[in-house]
Amino acid sequence: MTPLPKSQIEPEIVPFKAPNPSVPGASCPLEIHDLTVAYHQKPVLWGIDLQVPPGRLVGIIGPNGAGKSTLIKAVMGLLPLSSGWVKIFGQPYQKQLRRVGYVPQRESVDWDFPVNVMDVVLMGRFGHLGLFRRPSKADREIARECLEKVRMLPYANRQIANLSGGQQQRVFLARALAQESDLYLMDEPFAGVDAATEAAIVEIMHELKERGKTLLVVHHDLPTARNYFDMLLLLNMRLVAFGPTEEVFEYELLQKTYGGRLTILSEVADAVRQKTS
Amino acid sequence: MGARRKLGLLTVAIALLAGDASAARIGELTETGVWDQMVRFFSLRDPALRAVLLGSGLLGISCGLLGSFIVVRKMSLMGDALSHAVLPGVALGFLWNLTKDPLAIFVGATLAGLLGTLTVHAITHTTRLKEDTALGLVLASFFAVGICLVKMIERLPTGAKSGIDKFLFGQAAALNSQDLQLMTVVTLLAVVLISVFYKELLVCSFDPGFARAAGLPTRMLHHGLMLLLAFAVVIALQAVGVVLVSAMLITPAAAAYLLTDRMHRMLFLAATFGVAAGILGAFMSFLGNNLPTGPFMVLAASMVFAGAFLFGPRHGTLARWWRQRSRSRRVERENTLKALFHVLEGRGFVGEGITLQELASRRHETLEESRERLHALCRNGLATFDEPGEAIYLTPEGWQRARAIVRNHRLWELYLTNQVNFAADHVHDEAEEIEHVLGEEVVRQLERGLDYATRDPHGKVIPSTADIMHDDGGGPRPPKDLVGYGKTT
Repeated sequence: MTPLPKSQIEPEIVPFKAPNPSVPGASCPLEIHDLTVAYHQKPVLWGIDLQVPPGRLVGIIGPNGAGKSTLIKAVMGLLPLSSGWVKIFGQPYQKQLRRVGYVPQRESVDWDFPVNVMDVVLMGRFGHLGLFRRPSKADREIARECLEKVRMLPYANRQIANLSGGQQQRVFLARALAQESDLYLMDEPFAGVDAATEAAIVEIMHELKERGKTLLVVHHDLPTARNYFDMLLLLNMRLVAFGPTEEVFEYELLQKTYGGRLTILSEVADAVRQKTS
Repeated sequence: MGARRKLGLLTVAIALLAGDASAARIGELTETGVWDQMVRFFSLRDPALRAVLLGSGLLGISCGLLGSFIVVRKMSLMGDALSHAVLPGVALGFLWNLTKDPLAIFVGATLAGLLGTLTVHAITHTTRLKEDTALGLVLASFFAVGICLVKMIERLPTGAKSGIDKFLFGQAAALNSQDLQLMTVVTLLAVVLISVFYKELLVCSFDPGFARAAGLPTRMLHHGLMLLLAFAVVIALQAVGVVLVSAMLITPAAAAYLLTDRMHRMLFLAATFGVAAGILGAFMSFLGNNLPTGPFMVLAASMVFAGAFLFGPRHGTLARWWRQRSRSRRVERENTLKALFHVLEGRGFVGEGITLQELASRRHETLEESRERLHALCRNGLATFDEPGEAIYLTPEGWQRARAIVRNHRLWELYLTNQVNFAADHVHDEAEEIEHVLGEEVVRQLERGLDYATRDPHGKVIPSTADIMHDDGGGPRPPKDLVGYGKTT
């Protein structure tokens, strides 16, 4: 593999520093070191280094194909890593399953599947139940509370195909709430939802943050990103910047995220693939 | 709890039905009438028939359960490929010691089926070819190899009466007690594993990404399901045949899918349909003097599916057609009511009943057409027609509905012009569609959003919901004599 010009690989600005370096890794909800992920030998994420402080609401933004969803999936071990490691509260993901809640993209499932709203939300409890055990009354109660939070309780017995896009997204959110986790990973929760749902989701995200949870949210709308999140992670195949929104949300960094550099990186990525396959 | 009771019932049924299964052949018929044969078939007197019944029921259960999962996972073609891929394994199992040894055939067929699925996996993961093509390739090539082997075996000295050809289209009558034992074991295994791992299988089938993220062993569950699927196919081979066994997987499950919106009910229904199709098919084959059972079972399953497709209460074609029909009739009635309202409004809500002539000219149609529309209103109790006086009177309900539809129309027009900035002369056609679908909640929101406006963009009065509901406030009202209290046609 041809060595890349150094300036292409390393993020030029990483303003964020861990607030208190003496705290052991266990207090850091998510730490990523030198993460590289490739699809069919074609790298989509290069050398990501990241330390997310607890209790923050982090927006992941970047253009299409920047690897936003890939980053989330890689964190949860859904994709093989080409290099690097990920730690959740100081330990590998497999040991912290119950501390991570996940909201996948709405289009990733078949909404004609024969389940109702309650069935889907209860799935959030399965990770806590382990094999063989069925959801108990207490689990159902938790599921009902989570449905109430997203204002979907009246729809508990609805078949999921009979919901609007926004309602479907709220069901997914309720399922993640039912996971009762400390770190939430959300993949485009605002995609294709109505204004009321968007407001409800923002409200719930803030409430989770107030309770000390950490949230990483893939987001594609720049104007709202500025208002919704305390920290932004600008991503375009590599980490362009990560820091408090007011510091990172500035023209030059955004230009770098969405601008012309993309072409060089993706061309090199293509070259790498052709060389190795 | 429920699962355990079902299991108990199943065991009892098997104990009752099993027994010596190898006595008389079905073909040796003594009764002649259909009724006598039915009695003989279902009375369980005949041990051979007991075996057929039990076998058909067992394969119905396992195929229904596994079929449900492959239908909701959109893997129906995988079932087809798998069932064709087992044929070479059947032939090799036969060649093992040149007899129809159920265990050897079971092992051979399962291995061939798994080899088939692995080949599909290898092709899709190492080439650019997509799964449908890989499935087609494997299905055809494995099946071709199988046919060649079967033809070879038939040429062997012992081959001619080996019965290997029965594996193509199935022969439930050829089931022996060893086959039945295998079928029982596999079906019990499927029932137990699916009830134990139900919640895991559910979440893996619905949202595999989420399931993996939650730490469920999705890959193992998938492979386990595939293995069970291979087992279900292989035990059904003898009775249904290689060519049609995938239909016994898909058809009962597809029918169940159309009838329910919950997975556990779908599993239960599919298993029930599978049993019904299996037994019905075996019976039809029995009536036809030992014709191949496979086609009859699939025919029976297809009839069940056709029933669900046509008569299903929610997703059925008939129900859908009926819903559409009643909706378009409602729209028609509402349009007639609206026309009557406009006539009344045109004369300032004074005067006697409306003539048919007035309605016809308002709607730009012939008297005959108007008469038909009027009859539809009368049938639904929305209007009365005074035949000698040639006058139409709205009933209280008709009057209420007429005002509601006019309100919807004018509110929507106002909303479009005020809040969406449509030009006033562009909004009428939009409102013609929307007026029939606005729900009560949306209407309230519209009224609130428009500050309870009383005039539409064309300056006409908008009847308000409060007036319509209580009928005591102001707003336009027809003179009392126009409302057809007590009048009949």
